[in-house]
Amino acid sequence: MNTFGYKIMSPRTIDFDQFDGRLLNEVLVKEPSFRTCLSCGGCTATCNAGTLIDFNVRKLNLLLRRGEIASLSREIDKCMLCGKCMLVCPRGINIRNVIMLLKKGASRLSEHQKTAVENEVQK
Amino acid sequence: MDRQKRIITIGGGIAGTEASSVLSGLGYNVIMLEKSNQIGGKLNNWNHLFPNGRPANEVTGFLGQKIRLQPFRIISNTSVSRVISANGIFAMETTAGEQLQADAVVISTGFETFDATRKEEYGYSIYENVITSVDLEEILRKGQTLITSKGEKPKRIAFIHCVGSRDEKSGHHHCSKVCCITGVKQAIEIAKQLPDTEIFCFYMDLRMFGLSYESLYREAQEKYNIQFIRGRLSEASENQDESLLIKAEDTLSGRPLKMNVDLTVLLVGMIPGKETLRMSELFGLERESNGFLNVMDPHLNKNLSSVKGVFLAGTCTGPMTVDETLEHARSAALDVHQYLQRTDK
Repeated sequence: MNTFGYKIMSPRTIDFDQFDGRLLNEVLVKEPSFRTCLSCGGCTATCNAGTLIDFNVRKLNLLLRRGEIASLSREIDKCMLCGKCMLVCPRGINIRNVIMLLKKGASRLSEHQKTAVENEVQK
Repeated sequence: MDRQKRIITIGGGIAGTEASSVLSGLGYNVIMLEKSNQIGGKLNNWNHLFPNGRPANEVTGFLGQKIRLQPFRIISNTSVSRVISANGIFAMETTAGEQLQADAVVISTGFETFDATRKEEYGYSIYENVITSVDLEEILRKGQTLITSKGEKPKRIAFIHCVGSRDEKSGHHHCSKVCCITGVKQAIEIAKQLPDTEIFCFYMDLRMFGLSYESLYREAQEKYNIQFIRGRLSEASENQDESLLIKAEDTLSGRPLKMNVDLTVLLVGMIPGKETLRMSELFGLERESNGFLNVMDPHLNKNLSSVKGVFLAGTCTGPMTVDETLEHARSAALDVHQYLQRTDK
């Protein structure tokens, strides 16, 4: 059967009114230094994983602050927890702890929420 | 000195007042012309100053005290209507018809804030819940709480940086430099007043040039959870409930972004005042392409205009903070002093 034709595309626009802040609020409470990120990209430039694969540490902050939990949980698996990013961070953010909190937070999302996340991933 | 030298200061804001009181203290006959009925200019409309939150009226009060210690003549509700200069003497007629003469003139006619209605796409004076940083300061000065047009507490507010600055289209390609830190200061003040309100700042670059400004920016992030999004507002549109839909690019993610906010605050830039432009015509002073008065040398002679005997003080030469303005005014006074000593026959 021929499957060509038009399909409904989901918009690329970040819609703040659909914002999912559960993970963000948890991380900011447990690791308040993360609030001070300047998005300078020093972490990304020094990241060992990022030199080999498509992984951007700086963008973890943005994904979290835009409530994009699905993309975020995919991304954090790429981190090797070497901690080099913390050495170069001008604001002294404990980035490794942020990533650990993200891992724990993402895995603690309830079964129902996980399904929602998986649906989002499949989109 | 055969006779007491006469100096006329045009503009009684903080620059004119500071320069005049220093010159009066040095023994000159100073007359200051002020177009309104009070000294201190735009600082009278301001509530608190960055970076330390000091009440603005402390500074104007201090200048008032200086006038009492070094009295000079102030002619209020008056400006200059005609100027003739010959042999180093400036003969002027005031708008009240008085004839005055001076051996040196200090121009301190200052700035104006950008008229935000010119950025129509931001909706100022079209939509109810769009205000400027000047309006917000007025609300704070009156001790009022920020509310929406419907009288409710705003749940989400966006501060928009660079309104009328770095904008070729509005004819102001310069950076007004004080709005970044003003935005941070005002965002913190609102966060204190409305702790449950989400606050976003949309910026192109954050220019925290003062020594302690960066700490205030950090405090805004760390202590008050104010969020900074890099991207220039493209347009705002009003929803049926009078809240606003704003659109920008989240340039660090490289994706378009939209959000509904209850209120936006436009951080309006500094542009040359109308009196500054008029003085440029009257005295034949050169201007920069951004309209501010041209200084003779950007490093060595920041108080000398393109006309001999006419000195410049404060924001008629470009955007400045309060402390920079006062310093600039004091150095103008010193330049006038040196000039009059040299021309003393």
